[in-house]
Amino acid sequence: MLQPHLGTAAGAHPLAGTIADWVWLLPILPLLGFVINGLLSLVPAYHAGPADPSASHAGHDGAHDAHAISHAENAGATGDDHHATARHRFAGLVSIVGPLVLLAAFVLAVMIFLAMPGDMPAPFVKTVLAWMPVGPDLPLHWAFQLDQLSMIMVLVITGVGTLIHIFSIGYMRDDPGYPRYFAYLNLFVAFMLVLVLGASYPVLFVGWEGVGLCSYLLIGFWFNDKANADAGKKAFIVNRIGDFGFLIAMFLLWSNLGTLDFTGVAAAAGGGALPAGGALVTTICLFFFLGCTGKSAQIPLYVWLPDAMAGPTPVSALIHAATMVTAGVYLIARSSFLFSLSPVACLTVAVVGAITAFFAATIGLKQWDIKKVLAYSTVSQLGYMFIGVGVGAYVAGMFHLVTHAFFKALLFLGSGSVIYAMHAAYHHTHSHEDAQDMRNMGGLRTFLPVTFILMWIATLAIAGIPFFAGFFSKDEILGAVFERAGGSTLADASWLGIPGRGVLYAVWVLGLAGALLTAIYMTRMMLYTFHGPNRTGEKEREHLHEAPWTMTGPLVVLGVLSALGGALNLPAFLHLPVGWTGGLDRWLHPVVGEAALRITHGVAPEVAPGTEWTLVGLAVAIAVAGIVYAVVRLDPARLVPKREAAPETGVARVLENKYYVDEAYDDVVVTPTVELSRNLLWKGIDVGLIDGLFVNGSAWVARGFAAVGSWLQTGQVGTYAWAIVIGVLVVLGAITFR
Amino acid sequence: MIIEALFFSAVLFTIGVVGVLTRRNAIIIFMCVELMLNAVNLSFIALSRLYGLTGQVFVIFVMTVAAAEAAVGLAIIISIFRHHESVDLKNINLLKG
Repeated sequence: MLQPHLGTAAGAHPLAGTIADWVWLLPILPLLGFVINGLLSLVPAYHAGPADPSASHAGHDGAHDAHAISHAENAGATGDDHHATARHRFAGLVSIVGPLVLLAAFVLAVMIFLAMPGDMPAPFVKTVLAWMPVGPDLPLHWAFQLDQLSMIMVLVITGVGTLIHIFSIGYMRDDPGYPRYFAYLNLFVAFMLVLVLGASYPVLFVGWEGVGLCSYLLIGFWFNDKANADAGKKAFIVNRIGDFGFLIAMFLLWSNLGTLDFTGVAAAAGGGALPAGGALVTTICLFFFLGCTGKSAQIPLYVWLPDAMAGPTPVSALIHAATMVTAGVYLIARSSFLFSLSPVACLTVAVVGAITAFFAATIGLKQWDIKKVLAYSTVSQLGYMFIGVGVGAYVAGMFHLVTHAFFKALLFLGSGSVIYAMHAAYHHTHSHEDAQDMRNMGGLRTFLPVTFILMWIATLAIAGIPFFAGFFSKDEILGAVFERAGGSTLADASWLGIPGRGVLYAVWVLGLAGALLTAIYMTRMMLYTFHGPNRTGEKEREHLHEAPWTMTGPLVVLGVLSALGGALNLPAFLHLPVGWTGGLDRWLHPVVGEAALRITHGVAPEVAPGTEWTLVGLAVAIAVAGIVYAVVRLDPARLVPKREAAPETGVARVLENKYYVDEAYDDVVVTPTVELSRNLLWKGIDVGLIDGLFVNGSAWVARGFAAVGSWLQTGQVGTYAWAIVIGVLVVLGAITFR
Repeated sequence: MIIEALFFSAVLFTIGVVGVLTRRNAIIIFMCVELMLNAVNLSFIALSRLYGLTGQVFVIFVMTVAAAEAAVGLAIIISIFRHHESVDLKNINLLKG
């Protein structure tokens, strides 16, 4: 049915004829959910309420999630019962369809995974439909590529995605826009699967843009609040800058290699079409990396991600922590055959990643909004992934991507659970306090015991405490940096005149410093949220309670994954009896092995066991030091609720205001752009040139001609006769004297 | 012989042109146009000595058309005179749209 004969006979590929032939169904399933939920969302909710759902929240701008949990106040405005909700009439059907399509996709993904041989040498490319074949030179097809790399991504997206969909049932059920929410969420997953399954850069780009669209739609989900709509626009516009880089890189690839398929580009790049270390491959890689900085929120384009917390919390977990923002890491791992040719581009990736990891962690130290802490933590952790893929440790980068998807999704969903409880409590008492500010929380461990335990697991994982998932992946990245500094093409190269070895050691030090800060700010968040006395308020305290099982269930699963996820790729020197030692290394070797070896001069990097133990010991010491420092220095008992808090001073104030980067961008980029647009483009070019010269100008010219013409048309025969005679004389003269 | 005839033809034509350009009476302008036509006829006749009888055939055509034109033209002039009580073209600018 969906299989015209388009060549690319998979032939003797081991996956041909197996369940993998159904790979096209993976994105179609969530797309189906999008269609169904999208149609249901066209049916208005029971209690339409006032036109502006935030009307009853007037003058209350702090809590972005204030409308998240329930819109009861709208319904309550018409009656005394403030437990009445604006639940959508098809909420039950949506609750089934939305997660079910994801579950089906996950099951299919697992079946494909089981059919996939571990040592599959070549990717399985399935051409589904002709998309826009432009002559014989540019055959653009909907082609899906299954290999070990895309398989991991598919499993993470559908697996974590399913859990977050289930969590969303509890979290979003009472929102009047419930079907619309699930429609967007399903569409996001569909595009995300296109992104990771696309067999060529253009197909990947379709997914890349599609997830950007869904991100925009979901950040601005409660668009009645202008701040949320603005946050969505900010994310979309900042991402355009990165997408411009992606496009330029694709154009360069096409004009120089004549192909955009991953297999084709890999063959051409490996065949010497792009000279290693040359300016061309460096340019292409840097433009791709510009795309990554936008999508994956790295310096200088990270500013949209903290604002993206305006969306519902499960969206933050799925899109802005676990999947979409890791697309840049995936892109670099996918393009490892290009990046490994350019040490300069690799070092740039690593340096930007390291600076981002450290810089975002410092901001995370002083945020009071629980979701903002996690947002900066995400930016910081993405920096670590970029350090990994930057230094050619593609497996380590992908490993951290996977473990981060587990523990950061858990942290976000846990914070969602906290906000849910806080909001419900404030809602009962009609208080307009900020449900996301940690200064209003405190002591929640007695009220939310399940969330409390699970979030501590995730915190230990992200801080890098041994045997939790984050410990293995972060340690592998930092260890890889250290190894590459010892000997690799990167260490031999020079970056902006600095020897590559020095750059790599600097990256390593920044990474360690970032790890220390990570441990501190995460512990701070946990202390202020769950420990110490409760600051929520006397009346509110009675209404604090744990979320329903649809929300705690996914948390438990993610908690197990966060604790045990490291077993996917255990380091060899630990000699652990359980788990898969070097499992991910072996699994991903057919995809990224060649590129990784190119960077390490063709030998598998080896560090003496003694050094390994020293590095691990250092990392653990730093993580423990961070936690201990936070526990000793920060006393949640001294914290006062938000409304009584004194303003910060000095460095703390700079950190709380995020180094004033947003303000600086406003002054340096946004305001000049707006002014330039207003004065030059609008008043100058549009009003002056287009309207003035072209539109009115052509009217003036026509009017001038008409004036001359009407002046000539006297109606006097004599005048006309003169004109004829003069004309004849001119013609005759021209013929005679030519 | 041909030179003289062509010279005479040119003189006649020029007189006709000058008449059309300078006079204001419709009848005289009309006569000057006839003069130009006949100047052309004369050059046709003269040149037919060199290029064969085709020129003479054209003269017949020109005279026929001129006769028809005279009939129509005079009729127009008469109707103009009935309307304006004058055939001075200075007073007539009906060609102005």
